[in-house]
Amino acid sequence: MELKSKCPSGPIETRWERHKFDLKLVNPANKRKFNIIVVGSGLAGGSASATLAELGYNVKCFCFQDSPRRAHSIAAQGGINAAKNYQNDGDSIYRLFYDTVKGGDFRARESNVYRLAQISVNIIDQCVAQGVPFAREYGGMLTNRSFGGAQVSRTFYARGQTGQQLLIGAYQALERQIGLGKVKMYPRTEMLDLVVIDGKARGIVVRNLITGKVETHLADAVVLGTGGYGNVFYLSTNAKGSNCTSIWRAYKRGAAMANPCYTQIHPTCIPVSGDYQSKLTLMSESLRNDGRIWAPKKQGDKRPANQIPEEERDYYLERRYPSFGNLVPRDVASRNAKTVCDEGRGAGGGLGVYLDFADAIKRLGKQAVKERYGNLFDMYERITGENPYELPMRIYPAIHYTMGGLWVDYNLMTTIPGLYTIGEANFSDHGANRLGASALMQGLADGYFVLPYTIGDYLATTKLEKVDNNHAAVKDAEAKVAQQTKRFLESKGKRTVSSFHRELGKIVWDDCGMARTKAGLEKAIKKIPELREEFWKTVSVLGSGEELNQSLENAGRVADFLEFGELMCRDALHRNESCGGHFREEFQTPEGEAQRNDDDYSYVAAWEYAGPDKTPILNKEPLTFDYVHPSQRSYK
Amino acid sequence: MKAMKLTLHIWRQKNAAQPGKMVPYTVEANEHMSFLEMLDVLNETLIEKGEEPVAFDHDCREGICGSCGFVINGIAHGPRPSTTVCQLHMRTFKDGDELYLEPWRAKAFPVVRDLVVDRSAFDRIIAAGGFVSVSTGSAPDGNAIPIPKKFADLAMDAAACIGCGACVAACPNAAAALFTGAKVSHLSLLPQGQPERTQRVLNMVGQVKQEMFGSCTNIGECEAVCPKEIKLEVIARMNRDYLRASWTDRGEAVRDDGI
Repeated sequence: MELKSKCPSGPIETRWERHKFDLKLVNPANKRKFNIIVVGSGLAGGSASATLAELGYNVKCFCFQDSPRRAHSIAAQGGINAAKNYQNDGDSIYRLFYDTVKGGDFRARESNVYRLAQISVNIIDQCVAQGVPFAREYGGMLTNRSFGGAQVSRTFYARGQTGQQLLIGAYQALERQIGLGKVKMYPRTEMLDLVVIDGKARGIVVRNLITGKVETHLADAVVLGTGGYGNVFYLSTNAKGSNCTSIWRAYKRGAAMANPCYTQIHPTCIPVSGDYQSKLTLMSESLRNDGRIWAPKKQGDKRPANQIPEEERDYYLERRYPSFGNLVPRDVASRNAKTVCDEGRGAGGGLGVYLDFADAIKRLGKQAVKERYGNLFDMYERITGENPYELPMRIYPAIHYTMGGLWVDYNLMTTIPGLYTIGEANFSDHGANRLGASALMQGLADGYFVLPYTIGDYLATTKLEKVDNNHAAVKDAEAKVAQQTKRFLESKGKRTVSSFHRELGKIVWDDCGMARTKAGLEKAIKKIPELREEFWKTVSVLGSGEELNQSLENAGRVADFLEFGELMCRDALHRNESCGGHFREEFQTPEGEAQRNDDDYSYVAAWEYAGPDKTPILNKEPLTFDYVHPSQRSYK
Repeated sequence: MKAMKLTLHIWRQKNAAQPGKMVPYTVEANEHMSFLEMLDVLNETLIEKGEEPVAFDHDCREGICGSCGFVINGIAHGPRPSTTVCQLHMRTFKDGDELYLEPWRAKAFPVVRDLVVDRSAFDRIIAAGGFVSVSTGSAPDGNAIPIPKKFADLAMDAAACIGCGACVAACPNAAAALFTGAKVSHLSLLPQGQPERTQRVLNMVGQVKQEMFGSCTNIGECEAVCPKEIKLEVIARMNRDYLRASWTDRGEAVRDDGI
């Protein structure tokens, strides 16, 4: 497999501009002759569908939820970065680019990241014009906050519901195109396979989740905007339905999967409270702007937080990282929480640390704290039954975002011609670790401002034969889907799908979570195929395929996680270094920080499917840094 | 951790074509579970017994996606105010409670299965006009038009709607006034929403009628159950906009400075 990144060369400031000029255009009158399939309706898929339709293409958009407005982008709380420098505090496109490359621990492409920083400013303009009610100053201007490790205030936000408001903006643009007949929307419809004809992506096989009907949709290009794979860990902050099925099945059809071991653990989530727990809830990282993180100095201190005197508290982030303090990047904050808990100094002796607002309330007053974080405090209180205005919150890290995903070139095209991947589903811009408030930026950059240009070049320059539903490739894909459904429904086991998912989650959380070791990963790589075998022998899926059957939907997703999890562990095992969200205990500095190995691992690992139960093939795309020179990250 | 045993009467209906009925179940829970986790536990035990699990919509389980929602003992999203059913915890209930779980009941929301209903009517209301017609690329600088903080905040209050449909379920008329009012308000409070303000409200309200939602008679049950605390004033604003639009619409934008 050859990985051609197609990144332009020359001065970084003009790369995207020149590349756009070099892309071939589709004549306006010809756009309506092209059909494009978009899978997913979140920030990436929704914005891409709307924009492609505005340009004149015929779009079909698919989502498994009952409405495109429910995609998981909606749950993003904190904000969206943009290099507007409205606060006059020294921000610039170059600084956002620099911070993102460094924050990603030098494992992202410079060309992509620079483009992202450039486009960030257009995104804010577009969203404001759509009516996104960003927070404002009394004079009517947009306000900003500093977020997750940034030393400038470049984050735009809409209370604690920024993802919701941005998604509603994209959803409204999408609904406008649906009303105009340019987008045909397929809600409650799940993609189950990719149709590849003559080496090009030409369609998808889907199941209507209400009627169970399986059908094929053909097009000239296919775009996946289906989000990340965080639910491989079972417990994550992802929505319950979030899954890796579309990217995994595209992988099995020939699209390379890049850097699956780069997973992000978010430091501020509500700790697990029991075995029945179905998901973890994130508390926005913005809480770290005013909250102070601490753990008891004594091991096994079971006193309630308010009975632990000041001198017996260890504000460990402020102590270890005096210049960044509580605002160190997510991976650093998460690992430190794990370390203090492993030392037996967790909140109440368990897995959790304190996030304390007492000082902020003293400094700003309860009302000001309420204005900033009121909805988050309410949410915490609803879930835990504790009042965070009086008692410090208990937090613990949880899986939140996945930087890995399908490999794409600078045009966002995968290794299958005609198959594009956007948003969290691709691997492109965050390297080994994503900075706070950058996910929304990337999803919208891909959907509004990158893909709509680059896809035109493919359509204008590619000879696309006419295909129909009788093609052998269509029949083959449909048969595979039907066979899997049949296998589930005929399985005579007793175990529920969720019980397997929980077991898989525990394996990967223990051995491929916050800290990884060679021995642990080797153990996981042995255990996962055993669990997979057990799954196919003993799983129970009741009901039929011709109706709404949530167990059947879930079974397909868990079957894919059971394969995906193994690849994630293999990637983590092969990467003999620590970088960003990938921390290998064998590779750390004497101070316990991640130790990169740039000589041997400064590349993108793109895995190629080799067939069922065969070891996947590793392909490498070398990374070069002309502008930001790799250095040991330091937040001291 | 307090354990509790509950009796649940759940609406079971195989599909839209077949009649449904209430079926009793017993389930063991504890106070730290969310309501949906309690249903997960019930479903796991049903599957192990070879019975089909109860279908219900859910996704984010953080109260923001708007997927979940059903009626518990006659109240949409259950007894705790300003809380979606996914964020309702079992500590709200006590050992021995008997609970009745039903889907949203409205002609415009046909039952799909068990507690799952079809809310696509809401999407069609948005498609009819709930947007600003601004294609990608044509936006001026984000700070080109200052927006008074008060109006930005009021627009945000309205835009917080999650489209769950509880307002419709709670309304004796099954009206969609709170939902539609929230969307009309969100855009009509902002300068960006002004050019299409007249046509928007006419189109959206027109679509509401076509979807067979009932008429609003200002009862206020919708506001009482709304998990996002959308206020009744959004309905008043929609009515004002609608009335004005009906008088002034000449198929062209009308200057309008009122809020």
